[in-house]
Amino acid sequence: MNELIQKAANLLETNSVQVVIGYGNGSANRTRAIFITQSSDCEKLIFDSRCVHNLAVYLTKQEIKNLGKPAIIAPIPVLRSILQLASEKQITENDIVVLGVTPESTLVNFDSFAAIEAYLSTHRIEIEEKYKKTIEIIRSMPVSERFAYWVKELEPCFKCYACRSACPLCYCTRCTVENNQPQWIPVASHSLGNLEWHIMRAMHLAGRCTDCEACYNACPMGIPIHLLTKSMLQDVSENFGTYGPSLDRENTLSSFNPDDKESFIR
Amino acid sequence: MQTENYLIRKSSLEKLFNNLIGSGKVVYAPKTKSDRTLFDKVQAFGEIAENYIVTTNSAKAVTFPRTEKLFSYHKSKESTEITDAANSAFPDVVLWGTRPCDAAAFIPMTNTFNGEFQDIIYNKRREKLLILSFSCKLSDEYCFCTSVNSGPGNTAGSDILFTKLSDGDYLAEVITEKGQLLVKENSVLFESKPEEAKEPNLAVVAAKFNQQEIQAKLQNLFENPVWDEKSRACLGCGSCSYVCPVCSCFDIQDEAHGNKGTRLRCWDSCGYGLFTMHTSGHNPRNSQGARWRQRILHKFLYMPNKSKVAGCVGCGRCSRSCPADINILETLTFLQEG
Amino acid sequence: MTEFEPKIVAFVCNWCTYAGADLTGTSRIKYAQNVKIIRFPCTGRIDFMLLLKAFGEGADGVIVSGCHPNDCHYTSGNFHARRRWIMFRGLLDLLGIDIRRIQYSWVSAAEGAKWADIVNSTVNTIRELGPYTDYAKVAGYLEKEANNE
Repeated sequence: MNELIQKAANLLETNSVQVVIGYGNGSANRTRAIFITQSSDCEKLIFDSRCVHNLAVYLTKQEIKNLGKPAIIAPIPVLRSILQLASEKQITENDIVVLGVTPESTLVNFDSFAAIEAYLSTHRIEIEEKYKKTIEIIRSMPVSERFAYWVKELEPCFKCYACRSACPLCYCTRCTVENNQPQWIPVASHSLGNLEWHIMRAMHLAGRCTDCEACYNACPMGIPIHLLTKSMLQDVSENFGTYGPSLDRENTLSSFNPDDKESFIR
Repeated sequence: MQTENYLIRKSSLEKLFNNLIGSGKVVYAPKTKSDRTLFDKVQAFGEIAENYIVTTNSAKAVTFPRTEKLFSYHKSKESTEITDAANSAFPDVVLWGTRPCDAAAFIPMTNTFNGEFQDIIYNKRREKLLILSFSCKLSDEYCFCTSVNSGPGNTAGSDILFTKLSDGDYLAEVITEKGQLLVKENSVLFESKPEEAKEPNLAVVAAKFNQQEIQAKLQNLFENPVWDEKSRACLGCGSCSYVCPVCSCFDIQDEAHGNKGTRLRCWDSCGYGLFTMHTSGHNPRNSQGARWRQRILHKFLYMPNKSKVAGCVGCGRCSRSCPADINILETLTFLQEG
Repeated sequence: MTEFEPKIVAFVCNWCTYAGADLTGTSRIKYAQNVKIIRFPCTGRIDFMLLLKAFGEGADGVIVSGCHPNDCHYTSGNFHARRRWIMFRGLLDLLGIDIRRIQYSWVSAAEGAKWADIVNSTVNTIRELGPYTDYAKVAGYLEKEANNE
């Protein structure tokens, strides 16, 4: 951790960056994102198992960009988001300094996005067994029951869109739900509005989601919406080979392979 | 009306609940759902959660539903038929298990819906609502009710406030005529008031700031950098407004199908980037800092200026639900200190 | 009791399937009348939400059809559509939306007979599955109908 703090302080002192985005202590026993502009404040940086927020969401926020060039503390979920943002041309190597951090709080330096991709190739996205089991159980329900299950699960959703706000890959300055010519997805939090919103969110993240669970962690009502995005990751893997961010591979839905196989088109 | 005090035994409390269900009233109470406690419809006494500080969501949906039909229309060649939701029959609703902060929140919310324009639908729902609160034995670092004119045993806004006493029975403070009516209908369950005092059975919540002082300070803080600094981590997600028992900003949506449609009122949040976006493209609150400022000023300056009551009851839900751990108490104590 | 007549909405591409459907007509091939055809320039233009909007407005079944792979009038529109359908179908299946009610097909401008076959078999499938009341209820459609709203 000390090495990380020193590096961060040094970057600020030499004005290589103007802000360090990292984790700090928050209320109760929580952690939060902190934005350090003075090198002496770098000692506030911490890293432990409580730090689950995906800091990459701040890289596309105008208020943070206005602070200047950032250095970002990046555990693996954040690294994945950074790589995905890079592959989608939302950030370039000159825009940010990435201070990777292992679960043991040691610093990993990255001088390029390619280096991040190489590092992540040994830390592939793995859907946890418990989620695979839950998805299997849901898939084994008869269709009507499955539908009723999801309508009930989505019932507490009151369309706050916290899932969208917390996702680093939902960076559209004007989300499709915010256009009303036409109002494509109903704003209202009735069954149809909730269903259509979550379907659309999952589809817009198909193949792009990096399984950081920021959406689930942000949901005030604790709805397991990450099951939808995780299931989509499984589908990408089954149908199109590997998943996960990559600088060379285009997004699943922005690209195609003439040899894509399916079994349901007559 | 003078508050009347009664004793109600633990077993009688359950009977009271069953009587309410039996009489056809819709009862909302805190219910545990996985790791959260939420306000939801309940049918049986056993469904009610215990040992919660506050529920994750507020109870405001009973008077201000998250999606509410205002009217529906049907256009034909000759005319347009409009069905006004204000003419619907609104059910009798009971809130069981609100905390004093939840009950107090109905006061500024009712003020909001009864300004220059009186919202008929809101008022009809409010009129049919019976609020049965339970005082707090537990609190945590997010609570600050005592800093905003409320407290763990405060009666404002409740029809009856129950306080659990040391032997497991309850003190029942009947504050309003609606509460009195309930007691009359269930008189066998309410016994003469207990000897035991209320205060030792309440959580201790130290005051963290002085609301009047903050209100005075806020008048000169519009251009202060504190707003940007404290809201840096804010994602503009809207969770705070949605779980807040006082927040009542809304969006109007028309859902039309050919020549028929419905006008709906849906929850909205001033924290969203597009909340104040004008058609011209100009956005007067263009940064998250400006929106955080609006939240604080609205609750702690504009609302008390307008109607003497602040727009915050100190329940702490916003801070607990915030995914970015933006803590409203932190901002307020910061303002108090310097 | 009147027999249930499925309501089918077909999203088709202009250059292949629409022309193919036209050929079905000019060939005087009779086929089920339950389908309402919506013409798109290309299957690549078909937004996945449109399929759900059809169900939300009371459709019991949906057909989505376009040019065969490698024959797309815009070269690759149908390749994009195929990817989209693969992902969308997986998501719908997880959510319990009945994917048996959505028939995807490649029908070229020369395949008049195939179009008739697709429509007929889809109508039969849907007739057996019955009206899509699960979805209609959630979409509020049945309620709207019942209340004449």
